[in-house]
Order: sequence, then structure tokens, then C-alpha cells
Amino acid sequence: MAAVDEKVKQIIVEQLQVDEAEVTPGASFQEDLGADSLDVVELVMQFEEAFDIQIPDEDAEKIKTVKDAVDYIEKNQKGK
Amino acid sequence: MAEIKAFDLTGHPVRFAAEVKDFDPLLFVDKKESRKMGRFIHFALAASAEAMAHSGLVVDETNQDRVGVHIGSGIGGFDVIEREHSNMLAGGPRKISPFFIPGSIVNLAAGHVSIKYRARGPNEATATACTSSAHSIGDAFRIIQRGDADAMIAGGTEAAITPMGVGGFAAMKALSTRNEDPEHACRPFDKDRDGFVVGEGAGILILEELEFAKARGANILGEVIGYGMSADAFHMTGMAPEGEGCFRAMNAALKVAGISPDQIDYVNAHATSTPLGDALESKAIENVFGERALNQTLLVSSTKSMTGHLLGGAGGLEAGITLMAMLHQIAPPTMNIVELDPECRLNYVPNKPVAAKIDYALSNSFGFGGTNGSLVFKRWTGE
Repeated sequence: MAAVDEKVKQIIVEQLQVDEAEVTPGASFQEDLGADSLDVVELVMQFEEAFDIQIPDEDAEKIKTVKDAVDYIEKNQKGK
Repeated sequence: MAEIKAFDLTGHPVRFAAEVKDFDPLLFVDKKESRKMGRFIHFALAASAEAMAHSGLVVDETNQDRVGVHIGSGIGGFDVIEREHSNMLAGGPRKISPFFIPGSIVNLAAGHVSIKYRARGPNEATATACTSSAHSIGDAFRIIQRGDADAMIAGGTEAAITPMGVGGFAAMKALSTRNEDPEHACRPFDKDRDGFVVGEGAGILILEELEFAKARGANILGEVIGYGMSADAFHMTGMAPEGEGCFRAMNAALKVAGISPDQIDYVNAHATSTPLGDALESKAIENVFGERALNQTLLVSSTKSMTGHLLGGAGGLEAGITLMAMLHQIAPPTMNIVELDPECRLNYVPNKPVAAKIDYALSNSFGFGGTNGSLVFKRWTGE
């Protein structure tokens, strides 16, 4: 589980070019990490790619914070 | 001009171009934003940054609604279009980046430049092939003249050295195939010319209303005084007989400038090194300038022999070169002329620059679709 957490953090740091320390579980992509709506779409695509999952649009809309992403991925990862 | 480094050349009949080498977009835009933009936008931001720094123009709350941007591009983000299309073919439509459209459409160069400088005045983009940036500068000139802005960041940008860009122009047989000797491939007016060489980059000028420029103590490089446009209405890519459309564009620009052809000292020709185009433009120049063209008094050069053809960026770059020619009183040369085509009968400033009195100059741009634009510039003498 920690692995998901770490990988999500890395992707966020790379995509949004933010400092690792800012990527706290409660941090909101748009409110706290400087993302706009298109950044979030791309971020979700990166999560799909990295974890080999499909995130339907209706679920993607609910992923607003770092914790939302980690929880969703942990729940939906294949073979888990 | 050298062998292309940007992509795998397997199967490509044309293997060289005039690439902008070692360009680092991160000098002009931060990493997160840079990924969302095609290379043509990076070039526009880079050239705008240089132009803004050189001009000393500061956009602030007092003037931002009176400062606009007009930046053209023939194609826009070919690199982004190709990458995202490949992604879609490989992974389906869900793999298309949300930044595909904003990273590739033509007017996003002007959009990003306006965002960077908070320039909230008129914001436009031309997409008139190789005339795009001449039209942008001319239209920006008109926007200022009619009072819609006090200053315009204007010009054009292009980044078409991609597999589809180079491959596409090669398919038209528009490009030089002198693969074994790229440095001498672009040879406008020479009898052995065999097509243009794709270049890339951006040419951006800061245009200002004269009193606005004076009031802020701007370092004025020259004046835009004339702008003419025309259409060949003849063929999608070929020029009309005798360069008739070019003839009308030049005359229209001279008319707006209110000067006679005899007052022009230097013409920066569009001449791209294609067999038909250079000869027809030469003929059009003969028809506009008459005896002064034929007696070699009028200086005419194609600086594409040194830069390659920047397509939608060409007119912006060449407007800058023309201003420099007036500022330094030096006509830049046409390189690589070994033996002139007998159809090209003018003084092309062959192979080395010449010192010359240049008070008025004209720059030509012509594009696919038969779209023509000519700009007339006046040397700034402090009056």
C-alpha cells in the first residue's frame, strides 16, 4: 500500500512540478497544488498509465485530493 | 542547414533542414507549462521575450488594455498533432492529452504571449501559410493606426521540422533535395536552385504608436509605413503568371506608404529558392520598379539563403532583418549564388553584404493559397 502512495506522490510532483513536501494526503490538486481542470485530466491519465487501470470519467470527477487518488487506486488496482 | 536531428530520417527523401539547434524552452517558460505547448509556442515565447527586453516596453496596469498581440503561424503545433495522433492510434481516444488542442492550435502562440505579459488588448493570429507573419505585422500596424491599441507584439512562429512537415513539403516536390550539400541547397535566383529548405523559429517585433513610443523614450528601430495585400486567385500553390499577385501587393503597400517605387532602396524578397517562385517574384519586382530594377540600382536579396524558410515565421524574421538593414545601412546578401538564372535579372547582393544608403525598404511574403503581403519600412531618423 505504501508503494501506491509513493508512486502517486512521484507522479504529482512530476506532473504539477510541485515540491514533494506539499503533496500531503489532504492536498487538493486544484486548491493547493496549482492545477487547473486540464492538469487534473492529465494527472488521471498518468495514474491510469502507471497503475494499469481505467478510471471512468464519473469516478475521475471525484478524485480531488492526493488521498482520493491513493484510495481509489488501492481499491481498483488489478489483482488486489 | 544540416542533416535533421529532430526525427528518424528512415525513408525520407529530404534529409536536411535549418533547425534551431540546442533550443531550451525552459529558459522562457517553466517546466510544467512547457509540456502543454507545441514547439512553435516555445519559439514565440522566446522571441517575444527577446523583443520585449530589447524594446524596454513594460506592460502594467496603466497600459495593459492598450497592448495587444498578433502572432501568426502557418501550421501551428505539428509536433503535438503527430504525437497525439500516434498516442490515439496506439491506445485509443482516451489517450489523447487534454493539452493536444491548446498545445497545437495556431492562435495559442498569441494567447500564451498575452498571458505572459498580461497584454489585454487585441489578440489575433493569422494562418496564411508563408505570409502569416507579414500579415500579422501589417494587421498589427493597422490595429494601431485605427486606434485599437497603442502597442502590438507582432510577428510569426513556426516549427514544422517534423516527419509530417518535412515529408509533406517533400511530397509536393517543394523542397531542395540537395542532401549531399545542405549548406548550398538554398540558393535563391541561382540557376541550379531546386526548392526551399525548411527552417523554423519565430520573428517578433514590438510595434508602437509613434507618440506612445516617444513618450516612453523607446529606442525606435524604424517605421512601418506601408502594408499591401492581394490574392493571386489562380492556383492553390503556384504563383500567377509574371507574379501578378505579388506585383499588386507591392503596389498596394507603396500606395499606403505614400511613396513612389523610386524611393525604395532595398527589397527583402520572399524568394525561397524554388525554380518558379524566384523568377516570378523577380519579374514582379521588375514590373513594379522598372528601370531601377534592371539597371541594378535597386538592391534585392533573399535572406532565406542563410536562415532557411521559416514559413509562417518568415515575414516576422525578415521584417526584423529589413529593419536591421536600414539601421546599419547594410544590405544583407543572397548567399550561394554561383550562376544566376537568366530569368533573374536584378541585383541580388550576391554572396556578401554591401554598404548602401537604405532609407526605405520593402519586404515580401507570399503563401500557398495565393496569399500575398508586402510591408514598407522607413528608416528612423529621429523625426
